[in-house]
Amino acid sequence: MNRSPYLTNAPSVSVIMLKVLIALIPAIIAYVWVYGSAILVSLTLATITALLSEAALLKWRAKPIQPFLFDLSAVVTAWLLALALPALAPWWLVVVGTFFAIVVAKQLYGGLGYNPFNPAMVGYAVLLISFPLLMTKWPAPMSLGQAHLGFSEQLGFIFNGLLPENILVDAVTSATPLDYLKTQLMLGHEVTSIATSPIFGKVGATGNEVITTAYLLGGLYLWQQRIISWHLPTAFLGALAFISGLFYLINPAHFANPLFHLMTGASMLAAFFIITDPVSGPTTPRGKLYFAAGVAILTYLIRVYGGYPDGVAFAVLLMNMCVPLIDALTQPRVFGHSS
Amino acid sequence: MNAIIQFTNKLFKHGLSSITEKNSLNIGNYDVYAFNGGVHPPEHKSESTKLPIARLPLPEKLILPLRQHVGNLPKLRVKVGDTVLKGQILAEAEGNVSAAIHAPTSGKIQTIDDEVIPHPSGLKDLSITLIPDGIDKWQPLTPIDWQHTPKPELVAKLRESGIVGLGGATFPTHIKLRTDGKSNVHTLIINSAECEPYITCDDMLMRERAEEIAQGIKIVQHILGAEKCVVGIEDNKPEATQAMHTVGESYGFNVKTVPTLYPSGDARRLIHLLLGTEIPSDKRSTDVGIQVFNVATVLAIYRYFTFGEPSISRIVTMTGAVQQPQNFEVLFGTPLSHLVKAAGGAHKDTTHFMMGGPMMGFDLPRADVPISKAANCIIASTPQLFAPPPPAMPCIRCARCADACPVNLQPQELYWFAKSDNFEKARDYQLFDCIECGCCSYVCPSNIPLVQYYRYAKSEIIAIDKAKEAADMARERNDFRLARIEREKLERAQKHAERALAGKEHADVPSSKNDDIKATGDDAKKAAIAAAIERAKSQKATAATSGETPKNAAPDNPAIQKEIAEIDARRASVGLVEAENSKPTTQADDEKQAKIAAAIAKAKEAKALAETSKENIAEANISNDNLATKPNATANADAEKQAKIAAAIARAKAQKAAADASKQQNDIEKK
Repeated sequence: MNRSPYLTNAPSVSVIMLKVLIALIPAIIAYVWVYGSAILVSLTLATITALLSEAALLKWRAKPIQPFLFDLSAVVTAWLLALALPALAPWWLVVVGTFFAIVVAKQLYGGLGYNPFNPAMVGYAVLLISFPLLMTKWPAPMSLGQAHLGFSEQLGFIFNGLLPENILVDAVTSATPLDYLKTQLMLGHEVTSIATSPIFGKVGATGNEVITTAYLLGGLYLWQQRIISWHLPTAFLGALAFISGLFYLINPAHFANPLFHLMTGASMLAAFFIITDPVSGPTTPRGKLYFAAGVAILTYLIRVYGGYPDGVAFAVLLMNMCVPLIDALTQPRVFGHSS
Repeated sequence: MNAIIQFTNKLFKHGLSSITEKNSLNIGNYDVYAFNGGVHPPEHKSESTKLPIARLPLPEKLILPLRQHVGNLPKLRVKVGDTVLKGQILAEAEGNVSAAIHAPTSGKIQTIDDEVIPHPSGLKDLSITLIPDGIDKWQPLTPIDWQHTPKPELVAKLRESGIVGLGGATFPTHIKLRTDGKSNVHTLIINSAECEPYITCDDMLMRERAEEIAQGIKIVQHILGAEKCVVGIEDNKPEATQAMHTVGESYGFNVKTVPTLYPSGDARRLIHLLLGTEIPSDKRSTDVGIQVFNVATVLAIYRYFTFGEPSISRIVTMTGAVQQPQNFEVLFGTPLSHLVKAAGGAHKDTTHFMMGGPMMGFDLPRADVPISKAANCIIASTPQLFAPPPPAMPCIRCARCADACPVNLQPQELYWFAKSDNFEKARDYQLFDCIECGCCSYVCPSNIPLVQYYRYAKSEIIAIDKAKEAADMARERNDFRLARIEREKLERAQKHAERALAGKEHADVPSSKNDDIKATGDDAKKAAIAAAIERAKSQKATAATSGETPKNAAPDNPAIQKEIAEIDARRASVGLVEAENSKPTTQADDEKQAKIAAAIAKAKEAKALAETSKENIAEANISNDNLATKPNATANADAEKQAKIAAAIARAKAQKAAADASKQQNDIEKK
């Protein structure tokens, strides 16, 4: 039989996933610097849970375990989820979220390549709906913390929910800027006065803006390595800047400036690591632009008008639903055909 | 800053789509028009360009498959045992799309039999085996004065030359030069991009024989009437480009360098690169005035017109895991093993030989297949050179394939449709525009053999279309047949009614309507009528006696007997009435009866046959037609007809019985 071409030159799925993991390393380092080393424990927990549940499901589905376990896609899901969860989230929250992401959102839909929804975002959304209190309780960045937790104290908090006797929970955790902005606006304060709070850093959120910059760096590495195309991040950040800029121009007292929206919350994580998931995203160049712009606009609307402080997870899941339609409507012109 | 302005201008001029089109080709340094995608695999060309083209010594035998081109099998002109001269025609072109086969050397025809051909299937095909006599004696050659010969004559001559597209497509060349006035070719493109890795035969040809190529271009331009000619060469062949450029200046054609990017040698891609013209998918390049020829084909045309030499050899790149990769001028029919030997033999790890390049070529079934007109390159393949692909993983929709597709298809969607046998969707997504270049598979991180899926889907769709066409035709034919039977029945009934009416009126004439007719006339008429009645009675009597035979001969099947009895009864009643009425109707009546009987028989027969097979229907149909064709006026003929009808009925019943029996048998066997 004619089985040409006999040549291939492509990074394997494992290599692509490995590069995504490498691209996350700057953000992890920044995370440790801002919130302490507990994130490393979360990442390990998530990784182990992901690999175990992936292996179990593969065995149950009578699929070869070895090639699929080493494609590293499960690890990428685990890391993205762990990084999206609040620092110092209890261990079981990490495990439950990862388990749901891998088992339900990925394997039950058919495994690698078949999941219509971004598994990490499914895991995140499930946790957000089920445990809203835990999910919105972020620790204060170390530079701001009235009470400072050492690594062993952080471990104690993650695994037992126990704090040293002299420290109160309220001293450790604080509202995120997005959350704080929302509640203060409802109380009738103006953005300028709200933003004087120390949790607002130079452009986004104290501490978090460092992590966000690290995501941007990692994302540029992925783009340089041709793992992701420019379409998705550009359209996402562009659309987010555009819509937040539009609202800001209309009423600067009530709406935060575009830079704040770009540099806070999960904006950068979403732009380079979440919406760039190829499986649950569109494939056509034009479709990528529409998809990313859609996620950005939904994210902004949920942030401003929705019931949750950040909107990335729901925005991504909503746009995942539109992917088949977007792909079908944005087919590029085939050579020799009129459009 | 400039870049930003350019970007904005582009955006405003061409809309959003302009910035979303993927142009991975950096066209800054080239005066060319980029196409989407393309890949650049390791070239491996320098190995086989170190030595000049060498002539291969005569092999011990030559195996010449008759089918070395696209189109009809040529017609044999020799038989076993014939002695032939070099260049003598062995098989001539049959029909328009066909090419002749010539003797590559002088010798004797040993066999004309099925031999394994250089095809991935490993199937055998009709081939001539020629044993060279070692003299290598040409038949008398007649050069053609192409400048002073009418163009249609030149094209007719080319049909005898055996020249086909030597780039690998093997399409008969004379068809591409047809001057039927339908197309007005203004630009000739010479394809010497040679974009596949490993292949260097065109490169070496241009380096060594640029002058002859230029002569060939002149001839082709003359026949086509093309004022302009552009030669496209990839930038990894500087020596060839230089050589062509030098002759191009004196011959007045343009040599353009295109970036080394597979598949720039694909005709439609090359036209776009060089001219910026996008040939519509449903049109040929000649529809927009462009014709493309491979550089080696042009050279073959030159040699044919200038020296009278038909197509008997080609340049073949022998490379891969051989001792000394090199280009050889190889006579068609030379066994591959002979060529491998000339290149110093193959490496011991060689698992098989590949024909064509590694992107679109295929594994040859055996090492002794003959070199055919399509064989531009043979690669001795080892697992080190071409590692077997790792197991395929699921598609992760990364769309690298779409980025690489030179046709701008969505390979990931086509793969999905092909895999799920969703052929209609695959067709909607322009599966048939796929050129099977393999770029998608080349870049697939999941190692999915995408091209195989497309080949599968294409062949399935073609098969489905064919089956549908056949079914439609059969249904149409059956509908037509049923309509015709119905129509004939109606016509007969109408005629019957008309005649019956006419007869009545005629009979009424003397008594009721025409009272003023004179008695003498009446008497004469009455006498005539009486005579006619007498005549009719006697005729009927004859008919009755001769009619006994078919009745008695009828099978002892009660149904048929009943049927015949019914026919007889009706016939008798009609006959009686008419005989009493008037004379002229009698003969017509006999005709009518015959027809009615035939119609009834036919109807019954059709019903019986509907239960048997289609062939039987066709057969019965023919006999029916015979029955219905010539209605005889005489009772004798009528009797004959009845006999035939009875026989036909018997046949139909017998067939049905046989069919039932075989069906029962089948059922039993199934049980």
